[in-house]
Amino acid sequence: MIRAVIVMNTQGKPRLLKFYEFQPPEKQQELTRSVFAVLSGRPDNVSNFVEADAIFGPGTRLVYKHLATLYFVFVFDSCENELAMLDLIQVLVETLDRCFKNVCELDIVFNFNKMHTILDEIIFGGQVLETSSERVLKAVEEISRLEKSSSSVSFVPKSVSGRFGR
Amino acid sequence: MNPFSSGTRLRDMIRAIRACKTAAEERAVVRKECAAIRSAISENDQDYRHRNIAKLMFIHMLGYPTHFGQMECLKLIASAGFPEKRIGYLGLMLLLDERQEVLMLVTNSLKQDLNHTNQYIVGLALCALGNICSAEMASDLAPEVERLLLTRDPNIKKKAALCSIRIIRKVPDLAENFLSPAASLLKEKHHGVLIAGIQLCTDLCKVSADANKHLRKNCTEGLIRILKDVSNSSYAPEYDIGGITDPFLHIRVLRLMRMLGQGDADTSEYMNDILAQIASKTESNKNAGNAILYECVETIMGIEATSGLRVLAINILGRFLSNRDNNIRYVALNMLMKAIAVDSQAVQRHRTTILECVKDSDASIRKRALELVFLLVNDTNAKPLTKELIDYLEVSDQDFKGDLTAKICSIIEKFSQEKKWYIDQMLKVLSLAGSYVKDDVWHALIVAISNAPDLQGYSVRSLYKAFQTSFEQVSLVRVVVWCIGEYGEMLVGNVGVLEVEEPMTVTESDTVDVLEACLTGHSSDITTRSMSLIALLKLSSRFPPTSERIKEIITVHKGSIVLELQQRAIEFNSIIQRHDNIKSSLVERMPVLDESAYMVKKANSSQENIVAVKSGQTSLAGTSIMLPNGVGKPPAAPLVDLLDLSSDDTPVPTSTSKDFLHDLLGIDLTNSSSSGIAPSGGTDILMDLLSIGTPVQSDISPKTVSSNQGFAPTTKPTPTTVQVVDLLDVLPSNGSVAGDQSPLYPSITAFQSSTLKVMFSFKKHPEKPQVTEIHATFMNLSSDAYTDFVFQAAVPKFIQLHLDPASSNHLPANGNGTITQTLTATNSQHGQKSLAMRIRMVYEVNNQEKLEQGQINNFPPGL
Repeated sequence: MIRAVIVMNTQGKPRLLKFYEFQPPEKQQELTRSVFAVLSGRPDNVSNFVEADAIFGPGTRLVYKHLATLYFVFVFDSCENELAMLDLIQVLVETLDRCFKNVCELDIVFNFNKMHTILDEIIFGGQVLETSSERVLKAVEEISRLEKSSSSVSFVPKSVSGRFGR
Repeated sequence: MNPFSSGTRLRDMIRAIRACKTAAEERAVVRKECAAIRSAISENDQDYRHRNIAKLMFIHMLGYPTHFGQMECLKLIASAGFPEKRIGYLGLMLLLDERQEVLMLVTNSLKQDLNHTNQYIVGLALCALGNICSAEMASDLAPEVERLLLTRDPNIKKKAALCSIRIIRKVPDLAENFLSPAASLLKEKHHGVLIAGIQLCTDLCKVSADANKHLRKNCTEGLIRILKDVSNSSYAPEYDIGGITDPFLHIRVLRLMRMLGQGDADTSEYMNDILAQIASKTESNKNAGNAILYECVETIMGIEATSGLRVLAINILGRFLSNRDNNIRYVALNMLMKAIAVDSQAVQRHRTTILECVKDSDASIRKRALELVFLLVNDTNAKPLTKELIDYLEVSDQDFKGDLTAKICSIIEKFSQEKKWYIDQMLKVLSLAGSYVKDDVWHALIVAISNAPDLQGYSVRSLYKAFQTSFEQVSLVRVVVWCIGEYGEMLVGNVGVLEVEEPMTVTESDTVDVLEACLTGHSSDITTRSMSLIALLKLSSRFPPTSERIKEIITVHKGSIVLELQQRAIEFNSIIQRHDNIKSSLVERMPVLDESAYMVKKANSSQENIVAVKSGQTSLAGTSIMLPNGVGKPPAAPLVDLLDLSSDDTPVPTSTSKDFLHDLLGIDLTNSSSSGIAPSGGTDILMDLLSIGTPVQSDISPKTVSSNQGFAPTTKPTPTTVQVVDLLDVLPSNGSVAGDQSPLYPSITAFQSSTLKVMFSFKKHPEKPQVTEIHATFMNLSSDAYTDFVFQAAVPKFIQLHLDPASSNHLPANGNGTITQTLTATNSQHGQKSLAMRIRMVYEVNNQEKLEQGQINNFPPGL
């Protein structure tokens, strides 16, 4: 199963943390820092796979993709296919791209809970839920629409996601 | 409304945090926000609850405590509106700290929402349940999830399927309830539902053998059909990743097939065709295609596939190895590592390609490939592979050399069939990367040379040649120094020249030059320099013309600021000046080192032991002595150990320890095996040796003597007082005399391993000679603390033993503290038999129980 999804920028600031196995907040920060330490030390011309036994326990690996100013990191155990995980990062990035029209770090910073909504439609409790970015987008849009329509009654100024989505 | 609690908008807060220049500023902003949120919570502010939780999620991501928001999440979940519920569930998943009471409170809301009419709300509840479900919740809510598996909406269905995975992981007993709905999911057409259903089936197989059997019987055919459909179906853009139709579905099906086919020949055979089709038809120019191939290979390796199919699979991996994409090469190496166990012949065929990967530009690929090559080495290919690797060693990266050297050395050691080849290869490695070679490797080389009389001349000459070009390689230098010390005359006299050798002339003063360079060179460490001193001493007797010069060199070091060197220089100087009559016998060539015993020792001593030897070398205070075979031993044991070494048929006579000692010292004592004159002679010589140079004697505390003796306890007379007494203990009369004269007994190291050291000190009451009070001190030499430490001891029947309680059962790491325990031994045959004891230490380290035991034979005499 997938153990964690971490999105952080190239300075090591977390932009999205999602752990599918419970980790206390301090531990989450520590893990993020260790992952960053590993990734920042890797040159560009090497593989995208890292053995993560030392950080996440035996048998774990991580796949990362370095795009613009962001690292997308999936941590998973031996039950997942590394190459498929790489594709799954691609699915996530593609979906974000379609959702935010050329996604950049700022979009993710200010819409982090929309990020969570998207992620929840792709990965569910550590398992792959959906791999078609089209369908993910449809589900996310449906959720936003629902939020807007119900919040228009009483929560117009306060709705968080209503304000986002550019 | 409190103006503070309304706070700022989420967007403004994020902006404010981003504007912070320092961590302190950021903390201040967060503290202010948290204070506002807390006061809003205490005022039960409903309007902004939703926004506050959103803020808290952001704050949580930055690593600040947000536990106070948990109850707010529950309130949001309980409210009616969709946006509130959504943020509430999101917050629940992120902020929750697994506290049971919170989970219990949320169970009811979840139950309601799972039964909600709005499918999106059901979706939210399922998602939360799938992420945070505990065993209790799983039992409570399983019926709801089970029911949702049968709804018509595919979005709910797939989420329910994945949620079921979490439930059966938490409560495996529930697996059978999910079996038939899961099996029926495999008949679905909707892609997402199908993937989720297959994952659920895979997990069911994992937790229950019955489920595996059931699915194998009923679903194998269906799975094969799915795979056929998806791989034959025409272009479906919706699930296309890089031009390949739905790779994830492929992968999940293949994975489930692996679970079902494992260990079942019939099912495996049934799958053969489709697997062959996928393995041969899938396009491999895209990552997604390779992902499918990779999974397919793993399935072929996992099930009872035909050998033809396995070869096909391994060939796919072989193709992967020459792929330009680093990732593909990396996974191929990983898989080949597993494939070796299944079909090593097929993997061997790709040896050349794998060897190329050792030279890859990507460090992680190099490391993998090297491990794989190591697994591939066998008797037939060892020579060419070693050559390739050594050639590469010359040009490899600095940080890769350590790994590479270690692997090459162990290949050479493991697969050498002839001594000359072994020595040649080791020499190459030492001259290319001698600084990376572990101590045990060059120790083994010395043992091997010592055991090859016809190659000693050749070795020392080759070493001399290698030294001329590679004098900066530490291990090489040490081997050179040792061999010149032992076989210097073979170098000068060209003894035993092999046909392949080119003739060379080395003069006696050339060899002294080499040793002097090693002794004074800046790169030489203390071990090398100590060894050089000994080698010089040896040469001074072999090459009389150079003895004056050697004497001068040694004299210079009498003033060395390094105690060890100074002491040696002074001792050796005395030997040269005052004891010329025994010098030649004292510096005789070493007896042949026992190879088989060394190998056994080496095999027994784990990596830890090597570390221990290393630390013993580097720290002056370390107590381990370097024996000729390079294995660290407690100070009291070396002579006994040497006896062990030579106990199998070696030229060294081994009847008693004093014999052996005489032999080592090369002293020609007549009639040494019978008691009488011999022991006194031995004592005299020992005393004589120890008393050389009175000012030194005061310096020689047992500790400094025993510490860091470099490489030659035999050539250097360094037994501590303990050892002298110990040796003489062979004769009971002598022992009892010692006992009567001195009521003080020296402490001994009763037991020492790489991880544990036990010291015994003794006390006796003059009026009760039979009773000995033993004070045991335990010290942890490893870097992990020991807990639940228990010490046990057993004694022969004529001894009674009483153990007092230990001072503690916790032993801190790295010798930072000790446990002490007092033992009272009553020896009923005092004066006739000496104490003997077997000890056993049981303790836990890193939650693993460990046991160490040993026998103590080195009690001081007279106890």
